[in-house]
Amino acid sequence: MDLALVQTALELGLICSLTVLALFLSYSMLNVCDLSTDGCFTLGAAVGAVVAISGHPLLSLPAAMLAGVCSGFVTAILQTKMGVDSLLAGIIVNTGLYSINIAIMGGSSLLNLNKTDTVFTMAKDALENTPFAGQYKLLVAAVAVILVVVLLTLFLATRLGLSIRATGDNPDMVRSSSINPAFTTIVGLCVANAFTGLSGCLLAQSQKSVDINIGTGMVTIALASLLIGRTIMGRGSILFRAVGVVAGAFLFRLVYTIALRFDMPAFMLKLVSSVIVVLAISGPYLKKQWPLLRRRFLGAKARKGGGSEC
Amino acid sequence: MLTLSHISKTFNPGTVNEKKAITDLSLYLEPGDFVTIIGSNGAGKSTLFNAIAGSFYTDSGSILLDGKDITFQPEFRRAKMMGRLFQDPMRGSAPGMTIEENLALAAGSGGWFSRITRRDKERFREQLALLDMGLEDRMRQPVGLLSGGQRQALTLLMATMVPPKLLLLDEHTAALDPATAEKVLEITKSVVEEHHITTLMVTHNMHQALELGNRTLMMDGGNIVFDVAGEERDALTVDDLLAKFRQGAGKELDNDRILLS
Repeated sequence: MDLALVQTALELGLICSLTVLALFLSYSMLNVCDLSTDGCFTLGAAVGAVVAISGHPLLSLPAAMLAGVCSGFVTAILQTKMGVDSLLAGIIVNTGLYSINIAIMGGSSLLNLNKTDTVFTMAKDALENTPFAGQYKLLVAAVAVILVVVLLTLFLATRLGLSIRATGDNPDMVRSSSINPAFTTIVGLCVANAFTGLSGCLLAQSQKSVDINIGTGMVTIALASLLIGRTIMGRGSILFRAVGVVAGAFLFRLVYTIALRFDMPAFMLKLVSSVIVVLAISGPYLKKQWPLLRRRFLGAKARKGGGSEC
Repeated sequence: MLTLSHISKTFNPGTVNEKKAITDLSLYLEPGDFVTIIGSNGAGKSTLFNAIAGSFYTDSGSILLDGKDITFQPEFRRAKMMGRLFQDPMRGSAPGMTIEENLALAAGSGGWFSRITRRDKERFREQLALLDMGLEDRMRQPVGLLSGGQRQALTLLMATMVPPKLLLLDEHTAALDPATAEKVLEITKSVVEEHHITTLMVTHNMHQALELGNRTLMMDGGNIVFDVAGEERDALTVDDLLAKFRQGAGKELDNDRILLS
């Protein structure tokens, strides 16, 4: 297998791992399945592209993150202060974001960044004539991921971070520690969606285009990566688990890339990720149910056999 | 310390499932009071605690704690002044987080971005050592690995770490094995005495109800039917208590878990 493919998988894996880290915070820690992830990813991509096109490639990153924070804030307010179910809140925001994203892209569903300065072209220029010239994408993605992992790990050890973790673990206990679980949910979703926005922004700039469907299915892909990461790393310290999440994202992309090599059509990505999520979530459940199913099946067979003798 | 005046709470009003859980209940607690509460099934003991803690707002009446009106304060704000333990030992702590992290949240000191310092850890270690359960050597283990008794003792520590003005104990030893229950009760007594915390304790052990604390309430049908303190209480036996209940409620005490000895 050639190295360029592994490198592409690593680049894509790292960029998407930011979304996986976002779900690590919202899904694993806060216990909220944030279905606005797809729209928020596209939002980050659109905002980042528009800001980069206007000539501010560096500013595009914080802008995309800020857009993500706004999206997360709306999702969080809907579910904590307005009585909307958390899954529904995500779906509603996701739907609304579709219009907003097209509006941000100036009414078009596709933006081209071929001739635009992006953080990647900046890195490419800076690394020219150094041994790393070919790895500029990888370096940008790696720096972003390392920063996010370190910041997230530090954040989760603060009192606010602990409160967010406890909110997913036992909201009663959070309340009895005089902390408002609505507040921790809002903060958690804002931070998580900032990462999602950044992830979308980086993907758009690395592939030099934004299309309105860039984020479609992202939540399932990210969940698959998250669950793969959890399976290979198990339970440990937060840093350990965060690194596992990134590894999961890379592994997912690698398997996918290999599958492409074996002539799997590219459109199969989303089905594969759906199957992985189903396996990872229902696997442990079915394993637990298996002895019972077996007993019932064998029992029925024995009864049937016994009946024929009478 | 705590003043409840004429509080009422009806669940599912206007439906066939309407349940008047508390009806026009008034209660005043002196600072430092340790009050035990007994009552029949569905007497409103837990509803009373929920009303005081703010799990829901009462339909009418007012609640004052230490001179401050908390009638419309949300639960998490009241929690600053109150500690609460449930019968279920799993309710008071976060299983996926370590002992240290749970204690840090309960200690509630420092700003939002403060981290657990070495001094915090030393303080946690000292306080855990007082429980005499070996938890001080397991501070980095997830709470989910502890037994029910250990978790309840930890919850008690968390609830009283910053001594609250009011401690609500809702049969907090009922789900533990007798030896552990005894131990958790001992810890409860010493913590309450040390900090002079005003305490309300629901129990189904009649003997305990008379032995512990300085005042006993009996509840039935959403109200207090018998309230005794001081010398009169010292002279009471379990049989007297049952007779008093019959007199106050007009029926036998029918709690299916009651312990008479």
